[in-house]
Formats: sequence, C-alpha cells, structure tokens
Amino acid sequence: MRLVCPAGSPPAFRAALDAGADAIYLGFRDETNARAFPGLNFGEQDLAAAVHLAHAHGREVYLALNTYPTPARIAQWRTAVDRAAALGVDAIIAADPAVLEHAANAHPELARHLSVQGSATTPVALRWYRERFGIARAVLPRVLSVQQVEQVCAAQVVPIEVFAFGSLCIMVEGRCQLSSHVTGASPNRHGVCSPARAVRWEEHPDGSRSVRLSGVLIDQFAPQEPAGYPTICKGRYRVGENLFHALEAPTSLNTLELLPRLAAAGVVALKIEGRQRGAAYVGAVARVWRAAIDALARDPTGFAAREDWQQALSAHAEGRQTTLGAYQRGWQ
Amino acid sequence: MRLSLGPPQYFWPRQFTLDWYAQALNWPLDIVYLGESVCSRRRELRLADWLALGDAFAARGVEVVLSSLALIEAGSELAQLKRLVENDRFRIEANDISAVQLCRERALGFVGGPTLNVYNLESLRMLRDDGLERLAIGIELGREWLLELRAVAQAAGLALPEFEAIAWGRLPLAWSARCFTARALGLGKDDCGFRCVEHPDGLPLATREGQPFLRINGIQVQTEEVCDLAPHVEELRAAGVDVLRLYPQAQGMPEVLARFRAALAGDAIPVLGHGLGYWHAGGGAQAI
Repeated sequence: MRLVCPAGSPPAFRAALDAGADAIYLGFRDETNARAFPGLNFGEQDLAAAVHLAHAHGREVYLALNTYPTPARIAQWRTAVDRAAALGVDAIIAADPAVLEHAANAHPELARHLSVQGSATTPVALRWYRERFGIARAVLPRVLSVQQVEQVCAAQVVPIEVFAFGSLCIMVEGRCQLSSHVTGASPNRHGVCSPARAVRWEEHPDGSRSVRLSGVLIDQFAPQEPAGYPTICKGRYRVGENLFHALEAPTSLNTLELLPRLAAAGVVALKIEGRQRGAAYVGAVARVWRAAIDALARDPTGFAAREDWQQALSAHAEGRQTTLGAYQRGWQ
Repeated sequence: MRLSLGPPQYFWPRQFTLDWYAQALNWPLDIVYLGESVCSRRRELRLADWLALGDAFAARGVEVVLSSLALIEAGSELAQLKRLVENDRFRIEANDISAVQLCRERALGFVGGPTLNVYNLESLRMLRDDGLERLAIGIELGREWLLELRAVAQAAGLALPEFEAIAWGRLPLAWSARCFTARALGLGKDDCGFRCVEHPDGLPLATREGQPFLRINGIQVQTEEVCDLAPHVEELRAAGVDVLRLYPQAQGMPEVLARFRAALAGDAIPVLGHGLGYWHAGGGAQAI
C-alpha cells in the first residue's frame, strides 16, 4: 500500500518526504484545486523543485485539479493540466469530466486519478470513468462502510485509494453545498469550504466566544472551551429541544485499526487529508502511517495499532478526537 | 414552459402517499418524477407501486420519469437501480453516474438529475452521447451559468438538451452516509425505526440564537427556505429553461401548482418572501 500525503507548502512537502511518504499531493495557487486558501499551495518554481526532489528520492507527486470549471473558465483548467504534464508530475487528481477528457486526449501518458470530488461510490460508476478517461486509480468518498469498500475493491474496476486519516468530510464529497449556501463559495466551483473571509469570531466580556459564517451563528464556546474552525457540518444547533452537534462533532477520521483489513481488501493507496495543515502535522502523521504500513508488511498477521501511534495521531486530530466515520456502521 | 412534479423528497406513510398521488392525477402537470431518490431504507412503496402510479399518470398524458437514488452504497442498492433502469416502461432520472453508466450500456435515454455535477459544456456533451435528453441543472447553478453555457454552445455549434430548473421547494444541499434524523432522535441508521415518517416536511434545525437554518431529511440536508421562482418565470423562459420543477410538499400542493400556472399565463405573481435559491445570486443564498 502506498502512503499518499498532503502538502500545502514546500516545508510540508519536505516533511512528508522525510517522513516516508510514497507520494505527495499538492495544488496550484488558484481555484483549480479543492484547497484554494490564501497563502497555500505551489507556484511554478516551487512545484518544479518539489517534483525534482521527489523523483530524486524515488517518490511520486500528484497534482490536485479537482474542482469543476464553469463554461467560460474551462481554458484555465486545461492550461493547468498542460502545466502539470510539463512539470512532470506523476498523476493528476481530477473530478470534472472536461478536465479528465482533456488530460486523456492531450497527455495520455500522464496518469489520471479520479478525485474524491467525483462522488463515485460503486463499481458501475467507476466503469464510466475508466471507459471514458482510462483512469488509473479512484479515491472513494468517505461514505462507504469497510464491507462496502471491500466489495468495490473486489470488483476490480480500477485500483482504489481511500482516506486513512484527517479532517472528516461527513457529506458525499462533490455533492455538498452547505458552504455554498451560506457563503456563496463552494468546494466544487471555488475550491473552498467555509472561506476564512466569511468567518467572524466574537469575544464576549465573560470570556466566551462565538463564531459566525456569513452572519450565521455556527457555534458558541464557553471560556476555556476548545474551539475549532467553523465548518457548517461541525457546528452546534437546535433540533427540537436539543442543542448538540446535530450533524457531526469536530473530529478526525482515523483508520489505523482498519489497516490490515484495508490491505487485505486490496486498497492500493492510503490518503492523508490536510493540505491546509502545516509541516509539523504532515511530518508527525506521515511518520506514524509509514511505521504502521511497514509493520504490517513485516508481520501481516501480528499487526496491532500501537498505543503511541494512536496518541500521536489524536494529538493532531480535529478536537483531539478521532472516529472510524462511515467505515463503521454504528457511526452512520 | 412545462411544469414537473419533482421526486418526493420526504418519507410519507404508504396510504398518505397513495392518496396524495391520487389527487395529483387531477393537477395540471406535464411531467411527474416518481420513486425514492433519498434513502434506500424508505420502502413504503415498492417499484411495482411506483410503476402502477406511473401507468395512471401516463394514461392521463403526463410524462413519467422514475427517479433513482443520489447516493448508492450497497450492492443491494445497485441491484435495485438495475431493476429501475430495466423497467421497460419509463425513462429514469439518473442522480448518480452509476445510473448514467447503466443507461449508456443499454442505450437508454435518460434525464440527468441535479446531483450529476454538470458544470460545463464538455461534461454535458459526454452525457448527451450517453443518452441524456434533459438536464435538471445543479442547485448552485443559475441564470448566469445557463446563459454562459448557451453562449459557449452556440460558439461551438453544439445542440443543447432540454433544461429543467428547481422552481419550488427546499433545495437539497448535501447527502451523507449518516442519517441525521436518526442521530437527532438518538438512534442508529440500521435501527432508525423509519422515524423520518413522523416529519412529512423534514426536521427543522435552528442556530443557537434561534434562526431557522436547515432542514434535516434523513441522510439529506436541505435549505430551510422554500425556493420560489414563480415571480421570475419570464426570466427563466428567456434563459431557455424548458421545465420548472416543483418539489412535493405534504400540504398545499394544488395551490402551488395553481400559482405557477397563473405565472406561466402571464399573471403578476406576488413574492411569497421565500428564498430565491441560486437563480440570481449564483451562490450564497444566505450571503450577507
């Protein structure tokens, strides 16, 4: 199994490389990728240097081009594909059919991975992307139970990559308009969820804090209560008489204990979420997963998720909490 | 422009559903979308029931389309989708690429649902090749997008399919593996007791300061506001929208239809004060 790690900056890239990532995924500094945050991502020179460095170490670089261009903006995405090919990246990660088609036609030698934003959850859907664009791999949305992941792998339509760790999207990726509804900026069109420009924190005299997104109250925190970034799906709301995390609490996905099962299913790559996170996160998380994957390879039957690994991962989790998410039926 | 009754979003008891559609047979409809598109656990009506309803509408000259699930996870759901596609009587609405592929493999025409993520002309051309005959445009796309698409299509000399826009109802914003209705009631999805049947218009969710914000509908999350484009039908027509989709609601549907019929006839329609969705804004229905 290959370990695929995020990098939103050259230091994070270096940290992923040093920690043993097999492949590192990143994006251009524009809306062609789903982490289009200010100050994040790679310019042309940084990217060329990253590709050079990765290849010198026998590792791969994937470029995320996983947003959906509207009709008049298609040229910018095509150019991004051409730039990726010219820079010698090992694969692009894309969701939009027009982007995938251009890549398949203009750069057939450049591997195409179907992004999680493509919302493909079945072998039949994967067949469409394989027949249409010859995709070499697909990243599954975080909505399938581990049994369902096993079934998709067993169908052997294309090699499968799954999310192993990181902030948890609880909605079908590519089909969530919560951020769009409130802020006007969507992951699909603009490459952002809950853009920072729409976030407003308020400190109250008693030391409590509240946080709004485009004016909508997402949550309030008591003095000293840890407060996370305000994504709509992790806010506290009223439903009937109850005030609670009605959609999900701030938490991160952690599949470490599922590692042997995912390997046995034939999953070819594990993805770590977090291009918006810094080098310390990337390095620490990548190191744990590198050790775990290597331990599993050495002793497939004796693998156990070590307590110090779990603690290291929890320290970097959203709200310091982790979950198996949809992989476990009980979460659903 | 024609009026369609979109697929039912909510879960209603069997007899209520049958009675509701028995009345709908007498409404001034051009198109009706039938079937379950939200949650595969909702089985008050089976495929045979929907087909029988479809026959009744077809006998009255109403075009019938069978809607498919937007989120397909289990092998059983895929098998159910195959049965739907192979129904031999009615076109389907493909709400996932899985449905597109099944139609493509069988050379069957289909309607593209709003969750297909069609953002540009190239995507639309490929789906047209696969059999797409009408596209219900995605919820975050509006007037500007449609005009932009038309301009690009004209420049490329490409014919466009029919377009359908959601003109009435709560907009579906997101889908999950998790059932939020079950979560709100402290239940697991596998033991949900089908309690969403107790909320025929969804379960309201408000912010901590009491602002109505979203509607929970099983695994789906919707806007709280009802999108209402009735006062704007001329603009929709001018942009080339062929079909206006009205989503079913438990009460007051005949009045909604009458209002849209009057709007289409050229009557001035008062704004009901509901959300405009994305038709004008191009996003950010709540943006302040």
